[in-house]
Amino acid sequence: MSTALDQLFVNLKHWVVSRFPADWQLPVGMLISAGAIIVVFASLFAITVLAERKGLGRIQNRPGPNRVGPFGLLQPLADFLKMLTKENIIPQAADGLIYFLAPTLVILPTLLSFSVLPMGRNMTAVDVDAGLLFFFAVGASVELAVFMAGWASRNKFALLGAMRAIAQMICYELPLILSTVAVVMVAGSLSLSGIVDHQAGYYGGWLARWHVFTPWGLAGFLLFMTAATAESNRAPFDLPEGESEIIAGHLIEYSGFKYALFFMGEYFGMMAVSGLGITLFLGGWRPPFAGLEWVPTYLWFFGKLGVCIAVFIWVRGTLPRLRADQLMNFAWKFMLPLTLINLLGAAAWHYTADWSFLGATPARWLLGATLLGAPYLALSRRLFGGHGIGPRTYRFAT
Amino acid sequence: MHTGFLLLALLTLASAGAAMCLRNLVHCALCVAISFVSLAALFLTLDAEFVGFAQILVYVGAVAILIVIAILLTRDISGHGQSLVFKPWTLGVGVGALVAGSLVSAVTSSAFTHRELPPAPAATVRQLGESLMTTYVVPLEIIGLLLTAALLGAVLLARRENEGGGRS
Repeated sequence: MSTALDQLFVNLKHWVVSRFPADWQLPVGMLISAGAIIVVFASLFAITVLAERKGLGRIQNRPGPNRVGPFGLLQPLADFLKMLTKENIIPQAADGLIYFLAPTLVILPTLLSFSVLPMGRNMTAVDVDAGLLFFFAVGASVELAVFMAGWASRNKFALLGAMRAIAQMICYELPLILSTVAVVMVAGSLSLSGIVDHQAGYYGGWLARWHVFTPWGLAGFLLFMTAATAESNRAPFDLPEGESEIIAGHLIEYSGFKYALFFMGEYFGMMAVSGLGITLFLGGWRPPFAGLEWVPTYLWFFGKLGVCIAVFIWVRGTLPRLRADQLMNFAWKFMLPLTLINLLGAAAWHYTADWSFLGATPARWLLGATLLGAPYLALSRRLFGGHGIGPRTYRFAT
Repeated sequence: MHTGFLLLALLTLASAGAAMCLRNLVHCALCVAISFVSLAALFLTLDAEFVGFAQILVYVGAVAILIVIAILLTRDISGHGQSLVFKPWTLGVGVGALVAGSLVSAVTSSAFTHRELPPAPAATVRQLGESLMTTYVVPLEIIGLLLTAALLGAVLLARRENEGGGRS
């Protein structure tokens, strides 16, 4: 029963594909996978936007959207119609073709990157041998699209915003990729389904062997999610948009549905990178505790995705935006060294795996914690001007 | 597979040609990016997954961005001033034809084309990594050292302007 429910969508696809003649089966299968990805993530986008507006409203002590439909639930539909029917204004000096291509080029790579994520048992659209590399390769082309948007608009603020966005993306791509290297090292595979398989089994018969339940995995996950926040231009790293100073950056000259596409691309990017974080550190579609295997695997994946998105919303509502110099310092002087040290942490965990004396696991945790915690403390104290352990002092603009 | 190769080869050549001929430097840079992507697609049709993805990651993600930023630092982007095409163009085409002809004749006369092709090895990422870490570990380390030196040099060059300005 539970297997049937788990493999429901896989079997459904197989059934539909088998109706077609043999020559058509491959393209039809691809079309079904692509269509499913687009439909699922587009509706998830609508839900996320509503949840974000409601959640931010809650944090800021206001009701949020509550006029369209019961509790404002139909707000995404209204937003969609509004975006679709808005006037599409193209600046006279804009570079027509590039101006038109940029929004599509923002959407396309993120949609492609969904195709390698394992969203359930046997539910990877394209199971590539070098899936992780594919994910980062398509993600890298977003930078070019952002440049195209900023340059083709022929607007100082747009170009300025695009340069900021590109600088930020390049800076944070380094810690993002380096924090995943630790996982690749331990799992010994670049294939995302291989990495999920490496997290099978349970510690002590109950706790899943997710990578996040190891010292290097915990540190790696936090580093990864921080870099991912910056990579997807989310608050507190949303200074490429900086609506109070450079008025939405590279998006300034975009209106109507083109703007909606950029907006969608940003949310898709956030979901894709959360999906990657889930796959690498949170066990992908695997349940957290033994005895929960009866829950369909795709529910685990999308449940974890929902939790990640909720954390993103929470962080956005809580933290103030960084300054450009703080952003760069944080990337190069804090994130990059820590990700490099985390590689050492992963190696230490890997090579102490055969310790079997009494209290070996606490000893390994202590080793990992000192290996990562000491540089963390030293770096964070140095970076923010303080020296030594003690209460921090903050300086505010007066 | 054959038509795919033809299409991709045409796209590569056309975008490379456009990169040389277009007036607007940013358009040229974007055309270079297109030719990088189609080259990566060519690698993918040859089952070289790793090389294809690395091509996109490095060339589209980094090199194209570098080119674009370098172009933005130049003064006249739109090329209104003068034509980018070298004036005595017959000379240029002649030199190009000479180089291409000598290359083609060298390739066709070499023993390489007459040899039986060995069966394509299924090079996985694992094999690539293992040979990089065993057989080719010294070149890898030397490249790493070189890149680190280049990075430090770039930081030093960038810092000099800031001298005397206190903490940077």
